[in-house]
Amino acid sequence: MVSESGFGALLRRDLLLAFRSGGELLNPLVFFVMTTSLVPLAISPSPLQLAVMAPGMIWITALLATLLALDSVFKDDFDDGSLLPLLLCPQSLWLSVLAKVLVHWLRTGLPITLVAPLLGIMLALPEAGFLPLVIGLACGTACFSLIGAVGAALTVALQKGGVLLSLIVIPLYFPVLIFGASAVQRAVEGLQYMPVLALLGAFFAFALLTTPFAAAAALRVGVNG
Amino acid sequence: MWQFLKTWYHRLASPKWFYHTSGRWLPYLAAVTILLLVSGAIWGLGFAPEDARQGNSYRIIYIHVPVSVLALVGYYLMAVAGAIALIWKIKLADMVMVSAAPLGAVLTFLALLTGSIWGKPTWGTYWEWDARITSMLVLLFLYLGVLALSRAFTSRDTAYKACAILSLVGTVNIPIIYKSVDWWYTLHQPATIKLTGGSTIHPAMFKPLLVMIIGFYCFYALVLILNTRAEILRREQRSAWVRELI
Repeated sequence: MVSESGFGALLRRDLLLAFRSGGELLNPLVFFVMTTSLVPLAISPSPLQLAVMAPGMIWITALLATLLALDSVFKDDFDDGSLLPLLLCPQSLWLSVLAKVLVHWLRTGLPITLVAPLLGIMLALPEAGFLPLVIGLACGTACFSLIGAVGAALTVALQKGGVLLSLIVIPLYFPVLIFGASAVQRAVEGLQYMPVLALLGAFFAFALLTTPFAAAAALRVGVNG
Repeated sequence: MWQFLKTWYHRLASPKWFYHTSGRWLPYLAAVTILLLVSGAIWGLGFAPEDARQGNSYRIIYIHVPVSVLALVGYYLMAVAGAIALIWKIKLADMVMVSAAPLGAVLTFLALLTGSIWGKPTWGTYWEWDARITSMLVLLFLYLGVLALSRAFTSRDTAYKACAILSLVGTVNIPIIYKSVDWWYTLHQPATIKLTGGSTIHPAMFKPLLVMIIGFYCFYALVLILNTRAEILRREQRSAWVRELI
């Protein structure tokens, strides 16, 4: 009998739970689309003005949408008690954390990345900006999920952790937002954007190497409330 | 010498020993602080030469520079104390870390405030999205995050550990944030405003500044020790020696 790896089992279980939760699965995506469609209403429907705002606005709303779903990364499991066995099981905790982060990204980052070009069209984003927007968002939202996991782990046992989680995580998101939004901006202005995306990729690699360990340590502290 | 340092280090880890010893040092430290700050302020505000371009308004650097330096140093001190607390489980390091957070937040706010007051006569604006100002703003956000987290937990022990982890993650991030903000700034706005115009500071202006910086370091140490002592009393209130004291 071949024993199943804990990572795969956890991934499958969490994805199954996410799919069975029904409407909740799409909520971050709907939030992303709704808030982005507020932009032309609040500022101006003129394509000239929208084209200038589009890269930044899409990135900001993507950030907020991932932030919204961050609260539930560990909390649901903490509330129903299935997080504690995870802490006690012989598998390294960082691997379980990584599975949770991957599920969070699949729930938020991936759909957001796939829908972003559509919003780009609605916000009159110039054609050159689409490719860096999609590549940047795929990479950037993964960074959001990874860094956010540390914050989510620290606040897991708190009753009103939602706003606090945003407060502690947003300052850490600054570099990602700067790299991501300016890659699109540079592409629109006809400048080279690959170096910026490479920086974003480097940041992602660094986050992938470090944050699971930080989040695992944070989780051990956080569950004590 | 090594042995002495070692025992001293181990003793330092005891809140009781720290409380008593720091109590003996405090008056001297306070005297030195007052002496340095008063003499530095009089020297800098009254006797240092006027700036050729900025007139008297430049004199705010005697507050602005020391405060900004300590705001940044304070974050690293907080993170190092947090790391010591996490690795060696030293209670005193916990208390130092949690006392450094509000102090650093206030200093960062003061740095931003004095900077914007200075910015009005020299740049003609209170706020400019300059790379250094933006980085200071992010630093303030990082401090506020640690502060908010430290207040959120009911168990003090967990709060300390959580803050230590957060400040360590922040420390790793600070250079990246600074670099990215710097790079963002050069991308978006060509450097139209150059504060010092390439000229280095005149020794007659620098000497009082140095006195003020050292004075503020002493001031920081003084307030940090006072905060830590209060924290010790709060946390050790059930122990016999604190009961005896109060």
